[in-house]
Amino acid sequence: MNAALSMTNPLLRVTGLQVEFGAHTAVSDASFDLFPGETLGLVGESGSGKSTLARAILRLVRATRGSVLWCGRDLLSCDGAALRRARRDLQIVFQDPLASLNPRMTVGETIAEPLRIFEPGLDSRARRGRVGGMLERVGLNADMLDSYPHEFSGGQCQRIGIARAMIMNPKLLICDEPVSSLDVSIQGQIVNLLLDLQRDAGTAMLFISHNLAVVRHLSHRILVMYSGRLVEIAPRDALFAAPIHPYTRTLLSAVPAPVPAPPASLPPASAPPLVPTPISARAPRSSAEPVASVPTIGGCAFRDHCAHAVTVCSTTVPPLEETVAGHWTACHRAQELR
Amino acid sequence: MQTLLSIEDLSVSFARPNRNISAVRQVSLAVTARECLGIVGESGSGKTQVFMAAMGLLAANAAADGSVRFESEELLRAASKELNRIRGSKLTMVFQDPMTSLTPHLKIGTQLAEVLVCHRGTSWSEARIAARRMLERVRVPEAQRRLSQYPHELSGGLRQRVMIGMSLMCEPLLVIADEPTTALDVTVQAQIIALLRAMREETNMALVLISHDLAVVAGLADRILVMYAGRIVESAAAAELLRHARHPYTAELLKCIPSLSGPLLERLPTLSGQPPRPGESLAGCAFAPRCPRAAERCRVERPLLEAADTAPVGTAPGGEAGSGNANGARRVACHFPLTP
Repeated sequence: MNAALSMTNPLLRVTGLQVEFGAHTAVSDASFDLFPGETLGLVGESGSGKSTLARAILRLVRATRGSVLWCGRDLLSCDGAALRRARRDLQIVFQDPLASLNPRMTVGETIAEPLRIFEPGLDSRARRGRVGGMLERVGLNADMLDSYPHEFSGGQCQRIGIARAMIMNPKLLICDEPVSSLDVSIQGQIVNLLLDLQRDAGTAMLFISHNLAVVRHLSHRILVMYSGRLVEIAPRDALFAAPIHPYTRTLLSAVPAPVPAPPASLPPASAPPLVPTPISARAPRSSAEPVASVPTIGGCAFRDHCAHAVTVCSTTVPPLEETVAGHWTACHRAQELR
Repeated sequence: MQTLLSIEDLSVSFARPNRNISAVRQVSLAVTARECLGIVGESGSGKTQVFMAAMGLLAANAAADGSVRFESEELLRAASKELNRIRGSKLTMVFQDPMTSLTPHLKIGTQLAEVLVCHRGTSWSEARIAARRMLERVRVPEAQRRLSQYPHELSGGLRQRVMIGMSLMCEPLLVIADEPTTALDVTVQAQIIALLRAMREETNMALVLISHDLAVVAGLADRILVMYAGRIVESAAAAELLRHARHPYTAELLKCIPSLSGPLLERLPTLSGQPPRPGESLAGCAFAPRCPRAAERCRVERPLLEAADTAPVGTAPGGEAGSGNANGARRVACHFPLTP
């Protein structure tokens, strides 16, 4: 993160956030700041607590501990009216584009819903105009207003979901795996659309994805989550060039060899020969085989998969600490691994 | 090379109240013994339906036309009794979702052993021993304990290992893996790909790997077929296809894959437009509306899948796989293919 940004006040300050479902702790002690206009990438595997963390911020699930400061007000303890006001500036785009739209509402009605709630004075003509304009901003035709979600493809439904989230010009847009269910040829369209809207409106983004390559291209900083905890927070370049936490390293090395495109304008003969890299050759030994499931009580949740684990890793949960300026890691051996 | 599976002019369509939706259009392909054939395409391209037809697993409203022969036996019009002799033993399938492809109310050991009991007439006690050995082979820790567990007690990755183990119980000649890693996390995906690679080395099986993810296929396949809107648009030895795509769709698809290394981009590369809707039929090339190279001819005349010139000698040091036989021959369905 550049100095100018870190000197401004955070838009969102999450401190010690904890979410428990019965005996299961989905999110433990999550703390981070998000600055105006910033894009934070949140990566981790399924079940690591990414979505739960996002939903707890919006109070769509109840956090058991911690605070979520939004413009100086704690969203977790404020009353319903204040929460409703805050949500005007805090929107979310969900993973499943079709399931997140009401099948019985036209696209126009769905996108108009936030306007109806937050700008009740608007007459229906003006509302329709705003919605049509928004549809065009997300790359759809304004005359699709009266169509139903099932008439659209997955990519188009995601554009509708984005239109609904962006119509109030929110200060923060939370995107929960917005491109995971889309084909690769459509993925880029949606990511670029989000980038365009963000640039025009200055919206900050919390972008949740398990796809590290996508996150890399659009994030300023990246949060890595494992087993309910934030284990690494770093500026984008530092995270990809010099990851510190052993889990982050495992995650990065497990991504299948990307297939570089031959440069379009150069004669193919000059392209470097590409032999697909076998994944097993790249994956570190620690992740090559599954480990027998031993319940982790205390200590670092990654220790059984970690080549660097020592005794303290099984007794004490490593706190998230600043290992290098701006680069936070929750690992007992971070200083040796940096 | 011995041809195991030979598909000729296969078409699959689904009957809908008002019209027929065509999902696979005149697909021909062959799988030879011990090879790994990758099938790549986006959702709706028909890649799964080709092999569902081969396995006799098409939905009730589907109709298949053409021919699918496995070791010279016709499968397409075979009765289920004949099919059941082959599928599950010599010809097996691993499905995408390990959550739903195992029977939830049967113990893992029973499901694995059942394969041998049904196909080989092995006794249950012997089959259970074989089941435990198989779990060890597919690197499931604590194999003995797992035998008496139910699918829901296992993680997704372990369940996929069980699925792969089940597909290998009768030493199949061909395993069809349909998006075997798509439902899994990236670190687990790497483990499953490593396992499939090891199983190929340890057994005589051929493998068809169906995936929307070119990077996954790139790590395993000898040969790759690219499908678009129900047809094969390009086929080539894997290394060659990745190095020099000839069909504009393949080339654009390769460009769209965001990379972990490489320069940082302001915007991600995209393919404009959308694939044709299911059942939508176009007079010319189905890719023409999205193709940067399309000309008038592409909109009126459908290009046939034909042999393409291979890359000039000396530019393919890694292209040994399949480059000598007819199967590895490069084919492309495009009026204006990219030059090698």
